[in-house]
Amino acid sequence: MQAFLAFADHYSYVITILLMVGGLYIVVSRSNMVKKLVGLSIFQTSVYLLYLEPAKIVGGTAPILAPDFTVYSNPLPHVLILTAIVVGVGTLALGLALVVRIHEAYGTIDDDEIKPQDGG
Amino acid sequence: MEALWSHLPALQIVIPLLGGVLVALVRRGSLAFALTLVVSWVLPVVSGLLLYQVLSTGPISYALGGWPPPWGIEYRVDVLNAFVLMLVSAIGAIIMPFARRSVALEVGERRSAWFYCMYLMCLAGLLGVAITGDAFNAFVFLEISSLSTYVLIALGRDRRALVAAFRYLIMGTIGATFYVIGVGLLYVLTGSLNMVDIAQRLAVAPPEQARAMVAALAFLTVGISLKLALFPLHSWLPGAYAYAPSWATVFLSATATKVAIYLLVRFLFSIFGGALDLRSLPVAEILIALSVAAMFIASFIAVYQSNLKRMLAYSSLAQIGYMMLGIGIANQAALTGGLVHLVNHAIMKAALFMAMGSLFYRVGTVRLTEIAGIGRKMPLTMGAFVVAGLGIIGTPGTAGFISKWYLAVGALDRGWWVLVFLLVASSLISVLYIGRVIEMAWFRPAADGLAEAKDPPLSMLLPLLLLAAATIYFGIDTRLTAGIAGEAAQFLLGGLR
Amino acid sequence: MTAFAASDTLPLLAVLVPLLGALLIPLFHRAPNLREAVTLLTAAILLVIVVQLLPPVMDGARPGAMLIEAAPGLSIALRVEPLGMLFALVASVLWIVNSIYSIGYMRAHDEPRQTSFYVCFAIALGSTMGIAFADNLFTLFLFYEALTLCTFPLVTHKQSPEAMRAGRLYLLLLLGTSMLLLLPAIIGTWVLAGTTTFTPGGILAGKASPLAIGFLLALYAFGIGKAALMPVHFWLPAAMVAPTPVSALLHAVAVVKAGVFSVVKVIVYVFGLETLTLSGGNEWLIYVGCASLLLASLIALTRDNLKARLAFSTVSQLAYVVVGAALAGPAGVIGSGLQIATHAAGKITLFFCAGAIYVASHKTEVSEMAGLGRKMPITMIAFLIGSLSIIGLPPFGGMWSKWALAMGALDAGYATVVAVLMISSLLSVAYLLPVVARAFFLPPPAEPEAHGELGEHGMHQGAHSGEHSGEHSGEHAAAAAKSGLQEAPVACLIALCATALLCLVLFFQADRIEALLQGIFIAP
Repeated sequence: MQAFLAFADHYSYVITILLMVGGLYIVVSRSNMVKKLVGLSIFQTSVYLLYLEPAKIVGGTAPILAPDFTVYSNPLPHVLILTAIVVGVGTLALGLALVVRIHEAYGTIDDDEIKPQDGG
Repeated sequence: MEALWSHLPALQIVIPLLGGVLVALVRRGSLAFALTLVVSWVLPVVSGLLLYQVLSTGPISYALGGWPPPWGIEYRVDVLNAFVLMLVSAIGAIIMPFARRSVALEVGERRSAWFYCMYLMCLAGLLGVAITGDAFNAFVFLEISSLSTYVLIALGRDRRALVAAFRYLIMGTIGATFYVIGVGLLYVLTGSLNMVDIAQRLAVAPPEQARAMVAALAFLTVGISLKLALFPLHSWLPGAYAYAPSWATVFLSATATKVAIYLLVRFLFSIFGGALDLRSLPVAEILIALSVAAMFIASFIAVYQSNLKRMLAYSSLAQIGYMMLGIGIANQAALTGGLVHLVNHAIMKAALFMAMGSLFYRVGTVRLTEIAGIGRKMPLTMGAFVVAGLGIIGTPGTAGFISKWYLAVGALDRGWWVLVFLLVASSLISVLYIGRVIEMAWFRPAADGLAEAKDPPLSMLLPLLLLAAATIYFGIDTRLTAGIAGEAAQFLLGGLR
Repeated sequence: MTAFAASDTLPLLAVLVPLLGALLIPLFHRAPNLREAVTLLTAAILLVIVVQLLPPVMDGARPGAMLIEAAPGLSIALRVEPLGMLFALVASVLWIVNSIYSIGYMRAHDEPRQTSFYVCFAIALGSTMGIAFADNLFTLFLFYEALTLCTFPLVTHKQSPEAMRAGRLYLLLLLGTSMLLLLPAIIGTWVLAGTTTFTPGGILAGKASPLAIGFLLALYAFGIGKAALMPVHFWLPAAMVAPTPVSALLHAVAVVKAGVFSVVKVIVYVFGLETLTLSGGNEWLIYVGCASLLLASLIALTRDNLKARLAFSTVSQLAYVVVGAALAGPAGVIGSGLQIATHAAGKITLFFCAGAIYVASHKTEVSEMAGLGRKMPITMIAFLIGSLSIIGLPPFGGMWSKWALAMGALDAGYATVVAVLMISSLLSVAYLLPVVARAFFLPPPAEPEAHGELGEHGMHQGAHSGEHSGEHSGEHAAAAAKSGLQEAPVACLIALCATALLCLVLFFQADRIEALLQGIFIAP
């Protein structure tokens, strides 16, 4: 029971770690470039969660001073992650663009098939 | 004027950022180049003024948008990053004239405006990483510079450039994400993103937070090490440098990894140094071991490369080892050596890669076997190569020797004789790979295809010769390099626990 | 700082003049006569400068100046002290002679790339001056490396695969030892002593343990690879692929002497004789030096190729200098200094002769030289004089250096060393005199017809080793063969006679050199 509570207390961290490791694993293990990018996105998503989780306070609200509310959530992490998402989307877009160009140049998007084409 | 003076830190970033946008709007190759040139030449003036200001009146704090730190984003300039800003902007300014013809040939007149746009973005990103005092802001700038770097590399003529850019994208993004994780952990620990504030809060943190701190340190170190291509996280670098357009390689090799090293130094010394007893952690041992491995393994691989740009890329990996060695040893002399090598290596490697760019411009190849006897056809280019090459080897009288001297003295101050021998032994390997090129270029009869070859036009030759001369100059007069690096080292070590 | 005398700028001039010459020489690329005139003029100016320095140094002055301080411990400073004075004098005198010889040799051979040859030569001399006048370890190291680098193109002058192989060995061994051992030794000295300036009495006294001193000495002795102390002597025989004038000046004078000179200078001014004797760290070096001395002599006996034989003789003679310094007594150091001067004169004569023989008859092997004395009497007599000086017989300079070294060994109480010196002298008799004896007393091998064959054989060998022997020089040789005399070009003869004469002069002037060297031990 104790263990379960400890787990429940930190379960968002557990999910963060799972996403992190899973994403990283996909990047490393897949040779298909699009799948690599998918893995990369999953990996990045774990970070979003890492930032947002501690920022959420149960019952807290946006930090707008009003007489009805006393508990506020910190908005900064949300802003940060908004930025991070933008960066992530940019990276993904660039990555996909590169994949398209690679496909044009090599006729494949599989890393293992590209290597032999350039003589190893 | 007075108003402008106080906004210098912001100008350092805003000028290239706006310049990049303007260049993208202009679209015409020559006009784009002219704009880029102006921007590149204004930037060192700004960073020179900043450096002067810092040296005379101490660190500058600039609250971006008027929000005071630690709530707003702070640009904070001290000796260390004023030094790095100066390095990046000065190198950018010096090598810029080289770009015109080289880029027109390798990227194409039509696409060169995009190239310059990406270059200015990259420059803005690198300067931003160096100037900001906000850990998350550093991430954003890091990604601005990285994303534009991927594009710069992908613009290479060879299709392998695409693959190299893609690999770099994957590795670079993983590195950046590791970095954000580390920053996130610090944020959870301290509730702050301002570097100075984080350092102050960590220094008084309760001991049970040490474990989380170490985790943050680990994530940050690995993340930044990916960006700076510390062995064994270097796999992206050789391909990227080998297939990027020549001029992009010149710029990246001289600046990009240096800024990442700066960031690592900042975190290790300024932020964690005051909070954790770094000497009780195996940080130094790991860094030193990896540096030595880089110095040897990368140098050995360099000896067996036939593509000279690839060879120089491996040489860069080895030289990054030297810089990291100074950080690992972490005493006054060694840290000075590591920091001064940022500058010295930037100068020498930029010169070497420019020589390669000139070769490619005239001969269309950078393969070792195809440049036999090129020395007599392109004497100034290859002469500059020899001088810069001697610098990489670390011959006395060149800038490279100064770095090695400080590193070795630092190692001996700790009583590490073995490290001194490893240091000099690894530079002996560089004799092999530099010597191969010199022998091929100067001591062989000229190959058939090279009859028409001659030194490149003045706009390419001048930056090359200037940097070759700087290699000698900074080997003799080190007030500007080792002097400031020494002050930065003192400043960093002063903050250690 | 005492008053700034005019002579304080002379050491700097001595370094700069050859370098300036090196800049001027390429301008006359198309006019060989002017080009050679520039070389000779530069050499003459250099000699004048160096000679100007002699009187003040004899009077106990130490002219020099600090030029630049790059970093703590890394300053470029020049200062003239007796040892450096002697070395500079030897090198600058012999440069003139050698330039004359080079002109004869290079033209007779129609060597390619003569301009870069003279340029590199001038740079090498500038570096040698820098080594001679270095006031601290960094300056010494700077010019030491410069000398290695600028002689690499000279060694590989032929650019044949064989020459390139030898050149690589030369470069790697010299750069390798200096970077791997010498540089750490310098850094170690800096960290221990806090200075690298050469100081009478040494800078390590009381600052390093005996063990550290022994260790540092080993780093210096082997790190200064140019001293060719066994087992780092391989580069020297390999470098003999170079044209003979290069072998002569660089491998009898500038490069190897720069090596042993550095060793002596380090022992005298860094360790300090007293400190070294007290620590006992010098003992092993004496024995290693003796071993090197004997072994090299023995190897020289087995070599049939004349230049190879001379190369090993050089290794052996250099070990004399090292042993003399390692004895760590005033007499030994003076013996070393004398040996630097007299061996230079003797060995350069021998190399000149070897080159003259090669130019005139294309013979490289000792066994082919029977009866050569009748065709080349002047050359062979000069060879005899050089040999006698090397062996150490009166009335030639070599005698005094051997004498002083033996005295030094007795002073320091090493009777075995005296015995080793004797044996080595005997060995040098055995490897040098047969060359002369063969040339004068054996009949020429065969009739004119057979001779022609031999000549071709010689030429063939020349071509094999990548030598660009001009057609006409072969013809010239064949034509001259009929007239009986077959000497080398006049320029070569003048040079080798001059150096042979120098061997004789040194015999009578040795006391002056000794007086100069005594200045080392008189506190200024």
